[in-house]
Amino acid sequence: MKIDWVALGSVFGVSLVATVVLVGLFTLGIIGLSKQPSAAGQTGGGSVALFRGGAYLCFALCAAAITYGIYLIVT
Amino acid sequence: MEHITLLLAIVIVTALVFDFTNGFHDTANAMATTISTGAMKPKSAVAMSAVLNLVGAFLSVEVAKTISSGIVNESGISPEVIFAALVGAILWNLLTWLVGLPSSSSHALMGGLIGATVASVGFSGVNGGTVITKVLIPAIAAPLVAGIGAYLAARLTYKLGKNTDDKATSKGYRAGQIASAGLVSLAHGTNDAQKTMGIITLALVTGGILVPGSNPPMWVIVSAGVAIALGTYLGGWRIIRTMGKGLTDLQPQQGFAAQSSAASVILASSNLGFSLSTTHSCSGAVMGAGLGRKGGVVRWSTATRMFVAWGLTLPAAGLVAAGSEFVMRQGDWGIAAVTVFLVGSSAAIWVYSRRQVIDHTNVVDDEVEEPGVVTTAINAVTPPPAGTPAQDGVTAQDGLKTTIAAPSAAAPESGPASPAAV
Repeated sequence: MKIDWVALGSVFGVSLVATVVLVGLFTLGIIGLSKQPSAAGQTGGGSVALFRGGAYLCFALCAAAITYGIYLIVT
Repeated sequence: MEHITLLLAIVIVTALVFDFTNGFHDTANAMATTISTGAMKPKSAVAMSAVLNLVGAFLSVEVAKTISSGIVNESGISPEVIFAALVGAILWNLLTWLVGLPSSSSHALMGGLIGATVASVGFSGVNGGTVITKVLIPAIAAPLVAGIGAYLAARLTYKLGKNTDDKATSKGYRAGQIASAGLVSLAHGTNDAQKTMGIITLALVTGGILVPGSNPPMWVIVSAGVAIALGTYLGGWRIIRTMGKGLTDLQPQQGFAAQSSAASVILASSNLGFSLSTTHSCSGAVMGAGLGRKGGVVRWSTATRMFVAWGLTLPAAGLVAAGSEFVMRQGDWGIAAVTVFLVGSSAAIWVYSRRQVIDHTNVVDDEVEEPGVVTTAINAVTPPPAGTPAQDGVTAQDGLKTTIAAPSAAAPESGPASPAAV
């Protein structure tokens, strides 16, 4: 009986990092989008664009991760 | 499809039935949290999951080479052994569905194969070491890995988003949750439908219909995909309720964290060579996310029942399979008897379930009190400490929410004795 601790450890590490990074990114994206209205009232259009751009960047990274997930399933 | 014997036909039909129970048993994995947080309507959620399962069944052409992952020696396996294994697995799936507990369909199938093999050729046909590395270790590791991931993710998302308005953000979390639930569904379709295709193909090979090493015929792929999708669409609402509402209360943030963690673990494990059960990962992720919110609680009485069910999966399915195999060895009447037994027990379980119907209309109701019929059935299969009122009283004193509202349920009955209280 040989337990593949290396494989188990890498599953643990990879999924932990992937989960936290993805959820963090997605949360940042949501925060970026939700700040739009209030930011527009207080400051100039520049910061709205910044928030919006950052949010879309976060969502794009999440979408890329999901695409990679589908790629892993298919292959 | 020339010259399929009656036994082979029975095995194929049974394999498809197993596929079906697998589908409806595992709907909860992908969709329970999606439904309970309100990200999708119950019916649309199971419909989406069903479609993705069907798509998943066609996506991968690589058919599972072994149906037991090396736990039993498959070289001399006969259609009877496969049939006996399926009987054990199906009945365990139906029973756990009746009591509303998530348990691994793969483990049920493995248990069935072990039991049937032992009854057929003795213990020499089973690789004991593989049982530990492929069943026991993953069963402990999966919920831990997914749970810790979901816990940290939930903590992080609450920390980052503490200054945001819940109403504005919950829509976003729900969208993210639907995406990760879709991934889980797709992965499930690819993995578990393949398993059934593997079983049918193996049965066809042992029956001499196909040459060894051949790919499954198109009708096998189509029927396996359709069976798992139908099962998914029917929805194991009892299990969905337990996972979505019974284990813990989830907000959209937590649902998203749980589902993302489950998806990451499932994809990582199937690609890094340490296969973890979907069911165990998802249950662990739900509990981890539940603990990740400040003040969040896990209903440990429900969780304990679930853990007990996981522990019983292998032996229970194995015993039924061993018994079936033993009866079938007595001759043709034995095969008939086992078939009648399977149909009869399944029908009995279904009739029993109709006493307390749980479907898409009441799956997210707040009342998580276990109906009497289910409690009775649970008590029949679990050790007393898990479900007794005394235990619930203890957890209530600890400040945790209880699953079974035993005191309130008992109150009306004692009403007449103490009219002053009413």
